[in-house]
Amino acid sequence: MNFFLLSLIKAAVVAFVLLTTLAYLQWVERKVIAHIQVRLGPSRVGPHGLLQPLADVIKLITKEDLIPPHVNKILYLAAPFLAVTMALISISVIPFGTEISLFGVRTWMQLTDLNIGVLFILAVSSMGVYGVALAGWASNNKYALLGGLRSSAQMISYELPLSLAVASPLLLANTLSLRELVEKQAGFQFGFLPNWNIFQGPWPQIISFVVFLIAGFAETNRVPFDLPEAENELVAGFHTEYSSMKFASFFMAEYANMVTVTAMTTILFLGGWQPLFPERFGSHYVPTLAFAIAGAVSLYHGLNPARKRDRLTLPAAAIVFFAIAFAFALPAVQSALVPLFWFAAKTGFLLFVFIWVRGTLPRFRYDQLMGFAWKFLFPVALLNLLVTGIMVALFS
Amino acid sequence: MDVFLFLLFAIIAVVCAINVVVQTHPISSAISLVGVMGSLAVLYLLLGAEFIAAAQVIVYAGAIMVLFVFVIMLLNAGSEVRRGRSIVVQLLGVPLLIAFLGLMAYFVQRLYPSAASVKFGAFRGGTALAVGRALFTQYLLPFEVTSVLILIAIVGAIVLARKELD
Amino acid sequence: MSGVPVSWYLLLSAVLFALGVAGFLFRRNVITVFMSIELMLNAVNLSFVTFSYQLRQVNGHLFTFFVMVVAAAEAAVGLAIILTVFKNRGTLNIDEVSSMKDELPREPEQPVKTVETVDITGPLVKT
Repeated sequence: MNFFLLSLIKAAVVAFVLLTTLAYLQWVERKVIAHIQVRLGPSRVGPHGLLQPLADVIKLITKEDLIPPHVNKILYLAAPFLAVTMALISISVIPFGTEISLFGVRTWMQLTDLNIGVLFILAVSSMGVYGVALAGWASNNKYALLGGLRSSAQMISYELPLSLAVASPLLLANTLSLRELVEKQAGFQFGFLPNWNIFQGPWPQIISFVVFLIAGFAETNRVPFDLPEAENELVAGFHTEYSSMKFASFFMAEYANMVTVTAMTTILFLGGWQPLFPERFGSHYVPTLAFAIAGAVSLYHGLNPARKRDRLTLPAAAIVFFAIAFAFALPAVQSALVPLFWFAAKTGFLLFVFIWVRGTLPRFRYDQLMGFAWKFLFPVALLNLLVTGIMVALFS
Repeated sequence: MDVFLFLLFAIIAVVCAINVVVQTHPISSAISLVGVMGSLAVLYLLLGAEFIAAAQVIVYAGAIMVLFVFVIMLLNAGSEVRRGRSIVVQLLGVPLLIAFLGLMAYFVQRLYPSAASVKFGAFRGGTALAVGRALFTQYLLPFEVTSVLILIAIVGAIVLARKELD
Repeated sequence: MSGVPVSWYLLLSAVLFALGVAGFLFRRNVITVFMSIELMLNAVNLSFVTFSYQLRQVNGHLFTFFVMVVAAAEAAVGLAIILTVFKNRGTLNIDEVSSMKDELPREPEQPVKTVETVDITGPLVKT
């Protein structure tokens, strides 16, 4: 098929899935944090609050789109646009699965594979700093300016340990292309341990995994590094003067950045779409099993419901889960869907860790945050790179 | 396709560069300079320099210009006051500039015959592998010297910009 | 579809360099002057990469890399100097930072004022 047409179709599919994921990621976050704090979370709009993202979108679109009078109009309007654009562009190089053949067309489950894929992601996340800095400046408000400056200083300070933590598994893999990074983590050591970068080679990349994850928290301005945008700190930081759709753009950019960071962690350290254990131990049936268990649990709770409404919704959810489990068991689509399941499971687990940390940890003070980056994370990442280099030079 | 992409990004680069020089407020100049660097990164990609294109965006547009934007925001200096210039200068300035650029274009065209042309994909030696290999074998001494230079710059910047502890 | 002649890239580099020189000579704000210097360096980088393409060698890319590194170091130190000058003179106009210039005094000197810059680490923190 024509390359442009195929890319357009893939881009439309990825964009649709990504935007739906971002909306429902917010639902997941609110529910998980609520349950950590022993309360219910969104539960009124639709069954179990599932239509809450739709209600939020309607609210944000219909809110008054106020432009405060003394702002720098061009930069005020450009800043959320820049933030969202950079956050969404970085999804375009992420490999979601293997090569599939659909209606006679063979294509990879990835929009494009650049041979400088890792550098592309780093470049786009460096440009994302401008959205925050310009939002703070354009708002003509001292709280917004301070919040914007602090946030952008934090983002560029944590880019250093992020880049060094990225460099260490690249020494093991010898390639910058994301597809080849995942392919080099195929296979199993000792018959059962997956060949992921955190288990692999002369020096397992556990330290750089932790450093990358911590730097990822700081890059996306998530707790415990969210001082610049916390609501009880600088009024609301750099997005004080923004309302309705522009405010929603900043939040969409934050969730998209979160998805990018967790997807990069999965690809660099956890093996991308490679399975956890070999196929001869049955790793093809893990998704079927997982969704079947979810369906059984929903069915059980549907038969003994806590609320009267659940008598309808929970068995409906159980039917959906069983249908998905059946879809994963079909051998025709199994080779295409199972790698996608592994990628989504690992990324989803890391997103759950992000949300879990948000519900658990208090936030850093600004000077503690900057001192942590420059005095601890940066030397640790540098030392890890040095040791990785020495081990690779000696043992391969 | 090559010609279209080159013309598009060259025009964006020149317009942004003119904007850098012409705008009164430094923040507008800074954003325009980021635009210049972004379009230059695309031109590097057309010339087959993929590592340099990524380095341009990461280092130049993503770090150095952020530093500029920070300093402009910290100093909070306002727009420059444009003093009056004589009418003669204003009338002759732009036509003379265009004449100068035309003369330059003519001489550059004469020096370089049009046989050599840039096609996307004709030069595949700009990969990170090639750059890294040359960097750590042939250019090892400049590499080490620039690391010392960066150390000097870090120490200098910290000493110059610190608060005086009373 | 034929490619783009190499001379067009060199012409673009020359135009950007000329614009950088124009900004350097005509602007009074010291940060804009500094940005014009960065524009000149970028124009030279484009020349290097173009010649590297023409000679089919990677050495031009290496020179570009070193120019970028030196520009980063220079930007850091130069902006620190600008911050210090602003703290001591209170102005960003390079015409007014001329106390070492030997000329007949024309008007009374303005008193030197120190200016507070924005302190993003916050006044509450004393460690």
